[in-house]
Amino acid sequence: MWSLIQIELYKIFRRPRTYIAFGAIAALIVVIQLGLKIDGDAYAGFLMKDINDTLTVDGKVLNGYLICYILLQLLLVHVPLLVALIAADMISGEANLGTLRLLFTTPYSRTHWVLAKFIAASIYTILLLIWLAFLALFVSMWIFGTDDLFLMKSNYVVLIEQSDVLWRYVGAFVFASFSLLTVTSLGFLMSSMSNNSIGPIVGTMSAIVFFTILSTLNIPLFNLVKPYLFTTHMNNWKEFFDIKVNLNNEAIKGSILNIPKIKTSLWVLTMHIILFVTASVIIIKKKDILS
Amino acid sequence: MAVIKVDNISKHFGALKAVDDVSFEVQAGQVFGFLGQNGSGKSTTIRMLLSLIHPSSGNIELFGKSILKNRAVILEQVGAIIERPDLYPYLSATEHLQLFAKVRKQKVAASNITKTLEQVGLAHRAHDKVQSFSLGMKQRLGIAIALVHNPSLIILDEPTNGLDPQGIADIRALIQHLAKEEGKTVFVSSHLLSEIEQVANQILIIHQGKKMVEGLTKELLDPEKRVVQIKTLNDEQALATILSSSFSPYILPRKEGVFLKLPTQAIPLLNDTLVKAGISVIGIEAKNSLEDYFLQITSNA
Repeated sequence: MWSLIQIELYKIFRRPRTYIAFGAIAALIVVIQLGLKIDGDAYAGFLMKDINDTLTVDGKVLNGYLICYILLQLLLVHVPLLVALIAADMISGEANLGTLRLLFTTPYSRTHWVLAKFIAASIYTILLLIWLAFLALFVSMWIFGTDDLFLMKSNYVVLIEQSDVLWRYVGAFVFASFSLLTVTSLGFLMSSMSNNSIGPIVGTMSAIVFFTILSTLNIPLFNLVKPYLFTTHMNNWKEFFDIKVNLNNEAIKGSILNIPKIKTSLWVLTMHIILFVTASVIIIKKKDILS
Repeated sequence: MAVIKVDNISKHFGALKAVDDVSFEVQAGQVFGFLGQNGSGKSTTIRMLLSLIHPSSGNIELFGKSILKNRAVILEQVGAIIERPDLYPYLSATEHLQLFAKVRKQKVAASNITKTLEQVGLAHRAHDKVQSFSLGMKQRLGIAIALVHNPSLIILDEPTNGLDPQGIADIRALIQHLAKEEGKTVFVSSHLLSEIEQVANQILIIHQGKKMVEGLTKELLDPEKRVVQIKTLNDEQALATILSSSFSPYILPRKEGVFLKLPTQAIPLLNDTLVKAGISVIGIEAKNSLEDYFLQITSNA
């Protein structure tokens, strides 16, 4: 199995297309960091305009931690689309190329190949996320420095001590990896149903957009299905940055306001991953390889 | 020992019968020619042999084991190219062989990879990416991939597609070398009789999914001999009469009907023998030679 995963990783990283996502993420982050470096004070002023009259904030608001939070908010919506480029091509791309029949005439079972391909696509996804974390968090910390994290929520403000921030990002990135692996498995499922690459890539992107709209719209009919949609849970990495307060309304260091929500989301995402991968294996096992 | 044993396999795609009740056996060390025009069911049959397509009915055994139940063990011993030589454009010839050797759990020395590439005439392009290869070069590399793990059964689906005359001659020589010098069993398909007849010991013709004829190449292609079918009111009695006569060595084993392979000029004497034995002969039909037969099939299509 390990040799199959190695082979699949080798093929992924020999393809120029693989690096598009890494390049796109780097370009986006660098542009945003550059913009905030040049004009960050104006941006911070805009963020704080509603509370400037009632609250005085000392220190460096626009620090590396806040920049990372801003970047994640912007990018974790779009990274799934980049993940789909590879994941949705893993099986259908080989079917289109005609190489799937070469693989399926080797002594390994189709289940082995499908799982090896999924694991390889998952490793790619995790590497993409690590790349995102490196650029968004560590490079931002290096450029903008660190301080307490000051977040403006819809009707309240969260202030997290800088010594209490880093582990939350670790948690957020681990959570995000589940979100992106769900996208990977969805792309994989689409890929198992097709013999060309474009259909599954567009299909995965469309499914993400469609379910995101359902998750966002506040219509009673949709509210019934929302808890079961993976898109409802994908952005719950933000829960790591909601902190409990004591009776004096002071933040409790090391706390998370809604741990059950995170657990539920992880459970729903994991179930989706298992469901999508199992369906992919069943489809491929039954499929006649005609390409 | 039968390396391949196919029993009454059929494959339906909706209403289309791509392969219809085909049976045959391939013995160890044979070069088996699988002949049929494009769309006749050759590739579908080969895909079923390799478990890429699930048969609608029938059984397939390779090396005495069911391919459906013993897929992994069987495919260890099989090397194959199927239809087009589809490869990874971003990998070189050497990288392809390394990759597929690894899939086969084999550590192949660099010298073996060079040797395999030399066998198919690609050593000079060993490190070039496949995206710069012609169709013929891809075909050669496809054959090299099929050979790299030293399989005992080699299945080649249209291996000379895209090759120039020299390339075709090279592949022909390679197939003969593999069978004669290395004792491998080769199953080779083609839509050209001229390609098959020069390398195969045994030939099977498939047309519109059905087996049309099968036999040893030297017999099927012998212009001096014809396959003769005797139609009588009592086939069992006719068969017994022939077995006790001088025509006995010419009998062809068939599940149904009475068939002999004999010179055309011997047909009247055969008729006399049967009539004198009191057998009512309805007809004696001399079939065409294989080439005529194949042309007849393809021109009627």
